[in-house]
Amino acid sequence: MPTVVPASLTAGRRVPNAWDMLAIACVFAGILALVQVTPETFKPIDAPNATVVTLDPANLPEYALRTTMRMFAALAASLVFTFTFAPLAAKSRRAGLVLVPILDILQSVPILGFLTFTTAFFMSLFPGRVAGLELAAIFAVFTSQAWNMAFSMYQSLTTLPNDLVEATRAYRLSGWQRFWKLEVPFAMPGLVWNMMLSMSGGWFFVVASEAITIGDQSWKLPGIGSYVAVALDQRNMGAIWWAILAMFVVILAYDQLLFRPLVAWSAKFRVELIATIAPEDPWVLKLLRRTRVLSLAGDAISNMFGSIGRLRMELPTARRAARAPRSSRGGDIVFIAVSALVAALAVWSIVSYVILHDVGMPDLLETLGLGLITMLRVIILIALASLLWVPIGVWIGLRPAWAQRVQVVVQFAAAFPANLFFPVFVILIVRFHGNSDIWLTPLMILGTQWYILFNIIAGASAFPSDLQEAALNFRVGGFLWWRRVILPGIFPYYVTGAITASGGSWNAAIVAEVASWGDTKLQAHGLGAYIAKATDEGNFAHVVLGVAVMSLFVLAFNRIVWRPLYAFATRRLTL
Amino acid sequence: MDGLNPKTPLPNSPLVEIRGCRQSYHKDSTSDLLVLDDVNLTLASGEIVALLGRSGSGKSTLLRIVSGLLSPTAGQVKWRGEDLHGPADGVAMVFQSFALFPWLTVQENVELGLEAQGIPRAERESRAETAIDLIGLGGYESAYPKELSGGMRQRVGLARALVVHPDLLLMDEPFSALDVLTAETLRTDLIDLWMEGKLPIKSVLMVTHNIEEAVLMCDRILVFSSNPGRVASELIVPFPHPRNRLDPAFRQMVDDIYALMTRRPIKPHAAVPTPAAEAGFATPLAPVSTNLLAGLLETLAGPPYDGRADLPALAGALQLEADELLPMGESLQLLHLADLADGDIVMTDAGKQFALSSTDNRKAIFAAALRAHVPLVAAIRRTLDERWNHRASAVRFRDELEDHMSPDYAEDTLRTAIAYGRYAELFSYDEEAAQFSLDDIDNPA
Repeated sequence: MPTVVPASLTAGRRVPNAWDMLAIACVFAGILALVQVTPETFKPIDAPNATVVTLDPANLPEYALRTTMRMFAALAASLVFTFTFAPLAAKSRRAGLVLVPILDILQSVPILGFLTFTTAFFMSLFPGRVAGLELAAIFAVFTSQAWNMAFSMYQSLTTLPNDLVEATRAYRLSGWQRFWKLEVPFAMPGLVWNMMLSMSGGWFFVVASEAITIGDQSWKLPGIGSYVAVALDQRNMGAIWWAILAMFVVILAYDQLLFRPLVAWSAKFRVELIATIAPEDPWVLKLLRRTRVLSLAGDAISNMFGSIGRLRMELPTARRAARAPRSSRGGDIVFIAVSALVAALAVWSIVSYVILHDVGMPDLLETLGLGLITMLRVIILIALASLLWVPIGVWIGLRPAWAQRVQVVVQFAAAFPANLFFPVFVILIVRFHGNSDIWLTPLMILGTQWYILFNIIAGASAFPSDLQEAALNFRVGGFLWWRRVILPGIFPYYVTGAITASGGSWNAAIVAEVASWGDTKLQAHGLGAYIAKATDEGNFAHVVLGVAVMSLFVLAFNRIVWRPLYAFATRRLTL
Repeated sequence: MDGLNPKTPLPNSPLVEIRGCRQSYHKDSTSDLLVLDDVNLTLASGEIVALLGRSGSGKSTLLRIVSGLLSPTAGQVKWRGEDLHGPADGVAMVFQSFALFPWLTVQENVELGLEAQGIPRAERESRAETAIDLIGLGGYESAYPKELSGGMRQRVGLARALVVHPDLLLMDEPFSALDVLTAETLRTDLIDLWMEGKLPIKSVLMVTHNIEEAVLMCDRILVFSSNPGRVASELIVPFPHPRNRLDPAFRQMVDDIYALMTRRPIKPHAAVPTPAAEAGFATPLAPVSTNLLAGLLETLAGPPYDGRADLPALAGALQLEADELLPMGESLQLLHLADLADGDIVMTDAGKQFALSSTDNRKAIFAAALRAHVPLVAAIRRTLDERWNHRASAVRFRDELEDHMSPDYAEDTLRTAIAYGRYAELFSYDEEAAQFSLDDIDNPA
């Protein structure tokens, strides 16, 4: 099985239950609340130099740094969220009942559609100051990173090995000590892996959120994303190549300096008592481990964390023997009553918003129709990408010497924000007068196809060699080999990759279905374009409607297609 | 019974005192399913006591109650004269699976309990080193558990327990995950240290299903019966250390305990309610494969046994532990293919016939035995025969079983019934749909 599974596959249920409904209502009521506190008119931002972006390549290092800082600020926020959300959801049965479905829904909401509101919201917090814009950009990246990290930690906390839990209790560690000695280390490999996925996804969003246009107002935060936006406006292809180069350097540095060492380091937290041949340490980790000064610094940090973990921080009531789980009826009744009240309020606020803003049946039907078009795109793209990458991935995966090297490249490609390449496509479409409905479509999967390839390679490398030998021995070849041997073998991996790719493609639709090159605007038909257009016009009611419909499409797609496929894969196609 | 002394009360003041302890799974709308029923236990200073029983006899549950990890449903638990609430000071535990933290080194694992008590670093380190040296782990301080062999890992588990200087050392099947030779070294090392008074502990309580291990190490043995767990008998081991496994008195005691453990219950346990559907429907089936049963019957039929074998000798010859051999014997007994009595296993006529038959005839004999003696399998087949489409859902049978036993047992029992029924070609089973059927069965009634 793939070692890391998207949370949306493993939540277990398929048929939405009452808690899902509550979660849906709450998420959208929350979004509406955000919209409503947002003033409908925007104050012009005064500080003239703060948001000026020039195309001089000499400025690029500074822009790259600022973009990177936003990424890490968002990552820090995501970690804080993860460390509060996950323990709460895992340790309180009642909180878990509400929080887990909410997270599941949040994962399906296309965050790019909300850039408008969040920007407006944060700017109203800091009127006329760049801080609002900065926070909005950071928040956009945060929303692309936090959910799967929190889910990963939640899953770890609910699957702690029982014997280790008993050991911490028998040796009387306090809850706080257990958190740092057992729970955090156990969650670490999954968390680090998800951080890596989050960061990869995050570059896409940070680039998209630096230049924001709402109505006839537009803002540009100094950064690589806004640099590209300015280059697009000015039809400066050279600048776009510079930006791509800068991004390349940034991602290479982040990959080599941070994540390779982090992933290698987190391997020590795997709960497996079999010594496996560990791959060689990445050079940065070697440097850290072998350089005296650096390793002293590392020791100091780990000592600091160690002493935090050693504090008892015990609540007076904490030390209890485990009893058969006993729920208090009264508490449950109160909890359910409060939940029902919240759900009712949420539904009421949605209904009143719809009535107030005159969003009617025609609008709904229009968005549903457009949603179907976008869904068709996603399905065709996933099918095409699969046709292309499955044979290639299998070929690579079965050749270990290739697999490792290609994996590194693919991971890199997945992290690279595909939106930087959009202009190249747009120029080609404009030059050859291509049909936007067809030729804008591939942009949606430009960045996400790598997840399919990545997982196929992983699956093919993990394919048992005895099964391969058996297939060879019985001379199973050609189509029969694909149908009976390798496809069932890699299927669980394929589903894991495909769901990630499809989720990403829905999100990318919002920026991929419309594109511009100077004054030339290209637009495809679809829900993404609808949301983008509504954003441009400042029509909040339509944005909310579009995003809500898109969320429902993503949710339904996950539940109806991917989850049953995944359940089938785990049930039937694994040993 | 020769070699067994009646229980004599010990004069020392007890460390642990348990009175009328009951532990039950609570299942909605049915009577409580008992794991432990009316267990009494007194543990004094200076003794090593074994809780001996088959898997599922509740002995591990009792150990967890003593450790304070688990609170009993009813009954009194006293630790050093006071009521026990939660894991207590002065109790340390060694786990069957070692329960070492893979991200901590040997030294850090050993220091875990000291850290929890907030003991300063210098003292932690010196105490950990003493314990590590005592248990023969010197030089491994900075190793991670995955670099160690199973025996070395369990030594870490022991050092981690000893370093907190507990009054009572609890061990949950500490040697059962180790190979025979490693386990033996660890046992003798531990007993040597105990006899030399080098262990900073007053008393040991260990759970085991290995009869020889209990006789080899312990001063007192509590033999548990299953379903629900009860103390069936209590024995004093009179031999001085070091003990010799080949000593006739030692052998005799092992034989006698085998006999005790295979003694048929006189009456059905009151706590297992009589099945509502039909008598015996909810008899638990041990998960023993048909291959094992056939293999055992063939072995018994051949020389030197010729149809009758002494269980301890058979266990030795087949390199099986009591806990592995007894379920096989009992499954054969349930099917009336063999009988267990006085520590011996004796083949019945049907069993002998089975051993001599070809595959198809074996299946027929097995099918007949199942229909006559395993009401669950008979009921499944009868239901299929009665239905017009010859199909039935497994969920229904599982639910009925769960009314009479814990979900784990119900699962094991149903799985075993499915395996037996498939082998005997009494029915087919579709795992995907969780459905029984008569598809591909040659002789639908």
